[in-house]
Amino acid sequence: MEARATGAAAALPVVAGAGGWRRAWPWAAVAALVVVLPLVPGLDSNFVRSLLSQMGIAAVFALSYNVLLGQTGLLSFGHAVYFGLGGYVAIHAMRLINGGWPVPMALVPLFGGLGGLAFGLLFGSVTTRRAGTVFAMISLGLGELVVAASLMLTRFFGGEEGITANRIRGPHPFGIRFASQLEVYYLIAFWTLLSVGLMYFFTRTPVGRMCNAVRDNPERAEFVGYNPQRVRFIAFAVAALFAGVAGGLSALNYEIVASEALGAARSGSVLLMAFIGGVGHFLGPILGAVVITWLQVNLSDYTSAWQLYFGLLFVVMVLFAPSGLAGLLALHWPLVRAGRLGRVLSAYLLALVPALVMTAGAVFLLEVNYRLATKPELGSRMRLFGLDLDVSRPWPWLVALGVLAVGFAAFRRTWPIVGAAWAEATAATRGASRS
Amino acid sequence: VLELTTFSLLNGLVYGLLLFMLSSGLTLIFSMMGVLNFAHASMFMLGAYFSYQLGRWIGFWPALVLAPLLAGVIGAAVERYGLRHVHRHGHVPELLFTFGLAYLIEELVIMGWGRNPIENKVPPALDFPLFTLWATSFPTYKAFMMLVSVAMFAFLYWVLKKTRVGLIIQAALTHPGTVAMLGHDVPRVFTLVFAAGTALAALAGVIGGFALLTAPNMAAALGPIVFVVVVVGGLGSLGGALVASLLIGIVQTFLVALDVSLLDGLQRFGIVLGRDSALYELFTIKVAQTAPMVPYLLLILMLILRPRGLMGTRDT
Repeated sequence: MEARATGAAAALPVVAGAGGWRRAWPWAAVAALVVVLPLVPGLDSNFVRSLLSQMGIAAVFALSYNVLLGQTGLLSFGHAVYFGLGGYVAIHAMRLINGGWPVPMALVPLFGGLGGLAFGLLFGSVTTRRAGTVFAMISLGLGELVVAASLMLTRFFGGEEGITANRIRGPHPFGIRFASQLEVYYLIAFWTLLSVGLMYFFTRTPVGRMCNAVRDNPERAEFVGYNPQRVRFIAFAVAALFAGVAGGLSALNYEIVASEALGAARSGSVLLMAFIGGVGHFLGPILGAVVITWLQVNLSDYTSAWQLYFGLLFVVMVLFAPSGLAGLLALHWPLVRAGRLGRVLSAYLLALVPALVMTAGAVFLLEVNYRLATKPELGSRMRLFGLDLDVSRPWPWLVALGVLAVGFAAFRRTWPIVGAAWAEATAATRGASRS
Repeated sequence: VLELTTFSLLNGLVYGLLLFMLSSGLTLIFSMMGVLNFAHASMFMLGAYFSYQLGRWIGFWPALVLAPLLAGVIGAAVERYGLRHVHRHGHVPELLFTFGLAYLIEELVIMGWGRNPIENKVPPALDFPLFTLWATSFPTYKAFMMLVSVAMFAFLYWVLKKTRVGLIIQAALTHPGTVAMLGHDVPRVFTLVFAAGTALAALAGVIGGFALLTAPNMAAALGPIVFVVVVVGGLGSLGGALVASLLIGIVQTFLVALDVSLLDGLQRFGIVLGRDSALYELFTIKVAQTAPMVPYLLLILMLILRPRGLMGTRDT
């Protein structure tokens, strides 16, 4: 739990009163990057802009989730409820604007956020009475309840087809009509930066710090005079607010909201993003959102089994790297500063070879099986890794199993080398910092 | 009406007992390790698929025994090589691990048997009406489901209360340190209990597989209900789980049988609601449609009225 105890707040060093610029320049750099990125030659296609838009939405959603999990220690299995309900409120606002409401389209995510906040206050008053496992189960049950209700009340939720609206019809101050993906991207980028900034600000407020206290030791927090239930409730409302903003952005981006936005699958995927990115660091969920969205978009082109790979990645992360990608990076930071990363990197490269061999064997087996089970009508001939294979014969299976076994055996051999290199490098770093 | 009531009661009992088979294993595992096994319903699903596959190879009766055993072995492996490993990181990673496992098992089932539901038919030995009351007949397999679940509870009760093994398990629940001091291998007891809970879930899957649709999403459909049962009954309480299972099972079955809506009720009192009324849609919902929501409404009601659950003792 060390990684989590140090928490979101400690991830970025506080430079109290050391001049505004030193604190502000990373934000300015990120903002500049966000503005320039879709204009860089090679990245200026609509595909990339749409991908970046999706990443922005996912980042806000994953960060809002981390207000619960990382900051307050509340594990929720139903966070998509607020994403979806915020999205529905936003899409209805868009329809009203289409019908002649004099509100600029750019403010739609705000309605999403207010919708998320309203439902967060309503449901949060019940769910945050308990913490821990019971909270997790309640969030799951509430998610199911909302999904069931959404399929019944078709006038508001539109059933399985969902509700559609048009982002172009409406008042257009400054002549921005959101007709091109670039304009939509900039709008999403603006709201994303604003939300990220506000959520970062929230971690620095006294309430945000109390969330950490309630996460680490609710009893002590109570002794100091804070009501843990109250603190959890506030954190829950904040998380619902920003989940609603993400839902509103998604409504604006896709111009449709359907009941799948509320569902358990969406709740699961935001959990995956936040956890794989790393819940112990403020920037972790953003990293997770970017990586997972990129994988989702690209991997699903190559294989229909991509969800299986996500599941595997998630379980492996829980088992071996519970602090996520951000935690792994933070672990290496002292080595980088001491200039001893090279020693570890060469060991990593050594272990990478058998790991890749092992992965190739496993991927082959999974792909063949998946294809045979889900698309039997395509027959037993398939192309994999550039090879034409007939999988009704035994030899492709035997070779794949052999590759898997050899890779695994070699990996077990090389792993101690990595461990030794790691121990040596950290010991040297410590020694250097002491002397 | 009497016919409807009798059969709803019987069906509700069958469903409730099935829920209890699942929630009892879950409760046992929870009270021992303090972790709610998110993949429990996935083990239920594995039981259904295993029995289908084994049933095609070696017949139904051997499959009835072998499928739960196979799932139990998988459960033991999960505990030994997975859960024990994440245990030192705390409860949240444990829950996340089982969550990932549930995700993975669903994908693996798709990989093994495809996305579509399989034809998991009732074996011919059980596929005939047991008795006919009024005009409705009661199928034998449902009686068999009741028989298996009741027999299993009797067995479980006997093991826990009357045997030496049960004594050690009960002691390990409350005083693991002392039991270890007396020379018992407590981690092995944990593995055993986890395997037994998994096997129980798989047995429920074997007999529940042909009553429900055997499809890759069955775990995701039934899982939340089982968790609700456990929370409503009070975490860690077997008696509470029994009461909550039967309650949810019977209430849900009764509601499914009712084909009326609030609108019909209002009409009886002479109140007619216009189609344009804002809440018109809310009133047209049939009572039967709300049946899937019952467990969750019960959960929220319970939280407001009695946060620790029906028979719960712990507060967190």
